[in-house]
Amino acid sequence: MKIVMAIIKPFKLDEVRDALTGVGVHGMTVTEVKGYGRQKGHTEIYRGAEYAVSFLPKLKIEVAVASNQVDKVISTITSAAKTGQIGDGKIFVFGLDTAVRIRTGETDDAAL
Amino acid sequence: MNSKLLYRAGLIALVAAALFEPAFAEEAAPAAPKLDTGDTAWMLTSTALVLMMTIPGLALFYCGMVRKKNVLATAMQSFAVTCLVTILWTIIGYSLAFTSGSAYIGGMSQFFLTGMGTGTVNDLAKTIPEPVYAMYQLTFAIITPALICGAFADRMKFSALLWFMGAWSLLVYCPIAHWVWHGDGFLSSWGVLDFAGGTVVHINAGVAGLMAAIVMGKRQGFGTDNMAPYNLVYSLVGASLLWVGWFGFNAGSAVAANGNAGMAMAVTQIATAMAALAWMFAEWMTRGKPSVLGIISGAVAGLVAITPASGFVDPIGALVIGIAAGVICYWASTSLKKMVGYDDSLDAFGVHAIGGIVGAMLTGVLARAAINPASGETPAKAGLIDGNPGQVLIQFYGVAITLIYCAVATLIILKVIDLIIGLRVKPEVERDGLDLALHGETIH
Repeated sequence: MKIVMAIIKPFKLDEVRDALTGVGVHGMTVTEVKGYGRQKGHTEIYRGAEYAVSFLPKLKIEVAVASNQVDKVISTITSAAKTGQIGDGKIFVFGLDTAVRIRTGETDDAAL
Repeated sequence: MNSKLLYRAGLIALVAAALFEPAFAEEAAPAAPKLDTGDTAWMLTSTALVLMMTIPGLALFYCGMVRKKNVLATAMQSFAVTCLVTILWTIIGYSLAFTSGSAYIGGMSQFFLTGMGTGTVNDLAKTIPEPVYAMYQLTFAIITPALICGAFADRMKFSALLWFMGAWSLLVYCPIAHWVWHGDGFLSSWGVLDFAGGTVVHINAGVAGLMAAIVMGKRQGFGTDNMAPYNLVYSLVGASLLWVGWFGFNAGSAVAANGNAGMAMAVTQIATAMAALAWMFAEWMTRGKPSVLGIISGAVAGLVAITPASGFVDPIGALVIGIAAGVICYWASTSLKKMVGYDDSLDAFGVHAIGGIVGAMLTGVLARAAINPASGETPAKAGLIDGNPGQVLIQFYGVAITLIYCAVATLIILKVIDLIIGLRVKPEVERDGLDLALHGETIH
């Protein structure tokens, strides 16, 4: 099993969620985060005081998937979240040892 | 025959009464004050409007500009000052400012507002009941110290604030109010023109703010940390409430429901809008974008500058004052502040002191005899453009004396409190925010 973590632009959430549902991924965790990569921030000015804001709002999506689904999930997220402009985000994959469904006690693939 | 005699006797009596009535009146007791219901209704309203300027006007204007961790503490300052000054005014403030004593301070004759009743009046406002006048003046006494809070935002201890505000309102506000507005006051007798408080309120608060900013020092992280405003919508709402309330401040200073009040309202509106646009365009040209904070700050600068002039200038004068205030206060709040290096956090000095000085000096230039013509022994209130250049010098004296007394007295009060309990919060408190540390509350 793997955890696929994607940092995406916030307005892309609905598109990514719909696309993932379409390939059989029926759950995810979303966190509001701040970050930057190659996309520069912006400058705000308040009565002459300038503040350079380098952190931009992003969303972090985490889905737990079976190992044989990883490539499909990566390509689904990539095509849904892409705009072609700097700041589209990144995807990371982590190994997942155990998964448990709390309500029923099911484990591993049955819990995904 | 009898009825004819009676009829003639009655006629003679009537004529005699008509002829001799004035003589009778002179011998009788002085007439009770004649209250005017129009004036009274307007002044009751004005009192509410000016109170609204502080709570929630100023509270929102300021709290929206600070960081989230200090929003509650900033709003608390305006609210607490309102309550504290009300009580001090009741006990002694009103008496010190608005009763006869000397040219420098009033007396103790109305300690705890004794003598004030439903039928009494203050000599400065004979057509409205004294309680209304006392409360109206209270709202000015409230907003003046509340304005100072902008200068030391994010770093003052609450206990020190209360002591400072109490001492300042009695030792600085009351005397200056007496000098400028009471009949005995020496600045008033010199002919200083200050309709609604350019000197008493704005220069006073702004200079005191600068002293506090200098004595307490810059905020941690000033110049490096991101100190962006928590929510400028609050500030916009606050500025709007200030604008609307200011009609009570300026038009209400006519202390009557009459043409002077009407003209004061008109010039207030015109100057404010002009100043807002002036600041906005100045910022647009120099920084590239017209900001919300800029336009509302420009409006407040205009309100401040028209304050001393509101009863004396005409609409053209208002336009001039508006442009001057917008541009000069923009410069003072951005460039001057950066050049000199003080941390006047919310520009109490840049907007209120500078705006007040601009307005007070321009009053000397732009006062129109047509708006305040001579009546009886009182000369017309005219400025340079009406052939009275001496008024400019008189205004300068008023500004200079207010500035010097305020600066010195405020410095002393600050230093004394600093020595006894300390003015500034501890660095950890400042870093983590005043809301939780001083008040045990936070915005979620």
